[in-house]
Amino acid sequence: MTAATGHQDARIELLVGRLLQAGVSLAAAVVSLGAIVYLVKHGSEQIDYKMFHAQPLELRTLTGVMREAAAFDGGAIIQLGMLLLIATPILRVASAAYGFARQGNRRYVAITSAVLGILSYGLLASK
Amino acid sequence: MTQLQLAGPILLSAIGTGVIGSLTGLGGGFILVPLLTLGFGVDLRYAIGSSLVAVIATSSGSAAAYVRQGFPNIRIGMFLEIGSTAGALLGAFLSPFLPSTAIAILFGCVLLHSAYHSVRVLDELPHGGPPDRLAEYLEMNSSYPAPGGAVSYGVYHVSRGFLLMIVAGVLSALLGIGSGIVKVIALDRVMGLPFKVSTTTSNFMIGVTAAASAGVYFGRGYIQPGLVMPVALGVLGGSVLGGRILPGARTRRLRILFATVLVAVAIYMIARAALGRI
Repeated sequence: MTAATGHQDARIELLVGRLLQAGVSLAAAVVSLGAIVYLVKHGSEQIDYKMFHAQPLELRTLTGVMREAAAFDGGAIIQLGMLLLIATPILRVASAAYGFARQGNRRYVAITSAVLGILSYGLLASK
Repeated sequence: MTQLQLAGPILLSAIGTGVIGSLTGLGGGFILVPLLTLGFGVDLRYAIGSSLVAVIATSSGSAAAYVRQGFPNIRIGMFLEIGSTAGALLGAFLSPFLPSTAIAILFGCVLLHSAYHSVRVLDELPHGGPPDRLAEYLEMNSSYPAPGGAVSYGVYHVSRGFLLMIVAGVLSALLGIGSGIVKVIALDRVMGLPFKVSTTTSNFMIGVTAAASAGVYFGRGYIQPGLVMPVALGVLGGSVLGGRILPGARTRRLRILFATVLVAVAIYMIARAALGRI
């Protein structure tokens, strides 16, 4: 491999890095909005995180979160921000796959696809 | 305690964690979990869920800054990600079967090991020996620009590094940390990458690994909105602040201070776990 290809990789990375920063800022904005809605409604409620209770389905599935967030539920808006945040590294892998595909590097398209497959499996297969 | 009364102190501690994490360059994962469980009495599963989200936030948020400081080797990172994400899924599926006590003790041991590694003075290891055939097949050998011209480097022991990444993935999922130290050890101690390459490659990998198990934990309901909101916002704010205060101030004194704190927390955590109070 020539040095030039390596530097090309690095240039793509800088671009992707900025994209990720934008993704994180967006997620932070969504979480902040959710936090305000959530605290206005639940701020004075008694809570206890000592005991574990799995979140209700509306707050741990993509469809549930979307539905409740559209209904302006603070908790769901926060969860939507969390999903955006979890999506940022996945986006990073996907953009690397695109970069390798443009270079015509089949070996690395296969490798990045495997990583994407594992990541999607984690998101989809968990219940 | 009410939501509002708890969110304030957690937000402040998360800001502190973000600042320390970015100043030491070690991330904040292994401060957050002990802080939430021992300090605020939060259930270990909630703590791990929120910590992983914070790990992703700092990794993605600092990606551009890291790329400016060094030169990630995306090929190596991508190949090793197969190991670390698979390890993370394995850890996430194992974790319901492990008692909290065992996880807490494991956490303490990892803290002690990290403390040791954060103060050890590392020299750039000149790697010699025959080139790795897997590294050649995967075209991993590369170079990075330096004032005196491009510095080329070789990559060694790829399969051993891959196995270590599986371990890093399992630990990341079980403990809710980024496993940055294990990753850096694999990249520069075992595979012989230069520092400028290993730290940025590791930062890239941390977020991807954490996303694998965070996805599973989200589906299992470990991510509690009331808790994750002050944690994520605090750590993000703190790491931005840390970057502003002292850019690149990873001084040795700071690391020694940090290591001392880690040792104290580790002993406290192991003792509490041994007494069955986690």
